[in-house]
Amino acid sequence: MTDKVLTANRLSDGIAVWLDAAGHWTENLQDALVARHAEAAASLEAIGKRDFADNKVVDVAVIDVEETNGVLWPTRLRERIRAAGPTMNYASGYGKADAAFIAV
Amino acid sequence: MYRYDEFDHAFVSSRVEQFRDQVERRLSGELAEDAFKPLRLMNGVYLQLHAYMLRVAIPYGTLNSKQMRMLAHIARKYDRGYGHFTTRQNIQYNWPKLSDTPDILAELASVEMHALQTSGNCIRNVTADHFAGAAADEVADPRPYAEILRQWSSVHPEFSFLPRKFKIAVTGAERDRAAIQVHDIGLHLKKNDKGEIGFAVYVGGGQGRTPLIAKKINDFLPEQDLLSYITAIMRVYNLHGRRDNKYKARIKILVHETGVEELSRQVEEEFAHLQETELKLPEADVAAIAAYFAPPALPERSEGWAQLAGWKKQDEAFARWVNQNVQPHKHPDYGMVTISLKPIGGIPGDASDVQMDVIADLAEEFANDEIRISHEQNVIFPHVALADLEPLYRALTAHGLETANSNLITDIIACPGLDYCALANARSIPVAQEISTRFGAPERQAEIGELKIKISGCINACGHHHVGHIGLLGVEKKGAELYQITLGGSGDEHTSIGEIIGRGFEPSKVTDAIETIVDTYLGLRTGKEEKFLDAYRRVGPQPFKDALYGEAKAEAA
Ligand code: HEM
Ligand code: SF4
Repeated sequence: MTDKVLTANRLSDGIAVWLDAAGHWTENLQDALVARHAEAAASLEAIGKRDFADNKVVDVAVIDVEETNGVLWPTRLRERIRAAGPTMNYASGYGKADAAFIAV
Repeated sequence: MYRYDEFDHAFVSSRVEQFRDQVERRLSGELAEDAFKPLRLMNGVYLQLHAYMLRVAIPYGTLNSKQMRMLAHIARKYDRGYGHFTTRQNIQYNWPKLSDTPDILAELASVEMHALQTSGNCIRNVTADHFAGAAADEVADPRPYAEILRQWSSVHPEFSFLPRKFKIAVTGAERDRAAIQVHDIGLHLKKNDKGEIGFAVYVGGGQGRTPLIAKKINDFLPEQDLLSYITAIMRVYNLHGRRDNKYKARIKILVHETGVEELSRQVEEEFAHLQETELKLPEADVAAIAAYFAPPALPERSEGWAQLAGWKKQDEAFARWVNQNVQPHKHPDYGMVTISLKPIGGIPGDASDVQMDVIADLAEEFANDEIRISHEQNVIFPHVALADLEPLYRALTAHGLETANSNLITDIIACPGLDYCALANARSIPVAQEISTRFGAPERQAEIGELKIKISGCINACGHHHVGHIGLLGVEKKGAELYQITLGGSGDEHTSIGEIIGRGFEPSKVTDAIETIVDTYLGLRTGKEEKFLDAYRRVGPQPFKDALYGEAKAEAA
């Protein structure tokens, strides 16, 4: 099975978040809890449904990631951009996504 | 410009308070997402990849400096210091917190702005020629009619749950600068032999996955019948438009499937019942609305002629800017200025809070306090004396707003694409930035001449790629971005839908492909006066296909 993490957008401000091992929603994908087998993935799904129902997050999804040298890397470009932010300099004071992380 | 009356103020304020209550109940968990989502969309609040997005309506793209300052303030206080002006003459904020949106809407209401009907299956913000009220070639100002339509359509009980969204555009000149033929209804304001005002009515245009050019169903609709006739169209659509399939629900599909003759017959039949009702527009009412749009008093400033000639001689960059970004005004001592939001290598349509404040200040100082947003994602000052062009230009230069590229290859329309949009397949903005950088040299752009590149990150076509002279559509292929190129599209009075030229290009090859297309055009045009679109219409796609996919190229690829 491909490794999986649980992602969503926080209800109050819409910021993209991932579920960490302590059951909190973190803004950093690299802190996410990785599911490496089917039961773990199923429990991510269940937590996602619960926290959606509890009005903590919206747009919940379980996504595929690969782990290389300790770095979690979503297989879909869309999810890499969600994790790293827009890929260009879009506002002063906010950096752009790391090109190496975004690249295929 | 139009000023809210007491009713408007009370209405918008009550909607803000209603939404405040809804947001509070959502955040406290009282309202579930399924119940809340349609409510937030009715107030312009979307969810994108990284955050919520708020779309604020700028009716027919017209605003004053006070409103522009408010847009800057919102960018600074509630967002990350910028906003994105869109092809629908609106502004979008990309990072508002849901919990802040009621405050943002309350602040907007204080300057007569809102986000109503910027989403949902209702009649959306009515768009108009951005040069309205100033253009030398105009028959009449389209904005009073856009405003009449706005008032009529706002929370119209019968038309708030249409089969799908509905977009109306109005132009007041032969030269169509509002792309009316790719709207659900396009209105072309004209005068008949007797000098009376009326409209040519186009129905069923649209972009998205099924691009279709609107059909003309009435060559001259008298002014007084505007609302009754449009109501008739809306009724026919509301009754027969498809609700079974979202992709077939726009009026363009109905027109296509019913046939324009039968559809016109149905509209005429309905119109016959409506013509002599309270929908008839009394002349006095039209005049009352038109008075809000009376042009500013423009005193004679003929000293500008000689001054302008002198400044142009002294400063080549200024001369280039005037030639490219200043258009003739009705009044010979004035010009219509395009302030480009397409800096070379920049993000099309984005403006920082500081830039918005500067634009507001300059509009007060030099432009009779009138600002427009164009569907090409630029800012327009419609009334500037020639005598003020040089100081205006200096001030713009200090803030990166002086790019002299209106209608040139770097004046690119791009949708937010995969950098923001949850529906996207591919990025749009970085592609636009790379093309802009490649062709950024002023001499090169001038040599190429008028060329409109439009980029969408998915088939919804928010970036108008179907009507780009060169259109780029981002698709996802085997998990990677790929760009399909269309040629020969156009969104003016000779609207055409671009044709797909061949297989798509990877991100690293797309700018080279554009360069090949441009070089091919330069090689085959009859002369500098033959624009890209004209040359394409003369020679067709083959020379471009050969250049892009000829055998040598095929091997290299
Ligand atoms: C980022 C959030 C956005 C979403 C979710 C979105 C969604 C959509 C969808 C679903 C359509 C297709 C409608 C249809 O074919 O029935 C569409 C069309 C369109 N959108 Fe957007 N859009 C977004 C942003 C924008 C922006 C930024 C602009 C302006 C730059 C824009 C302008 C348009 C236009 C002009 C069309 C095509 C005209 C037509 O309706 O036929 N949209 N959009
Ligand atoms: S065209 Fe597609 S990617 Fe671009 S803004 Fe519209 S929905 Fe998003």
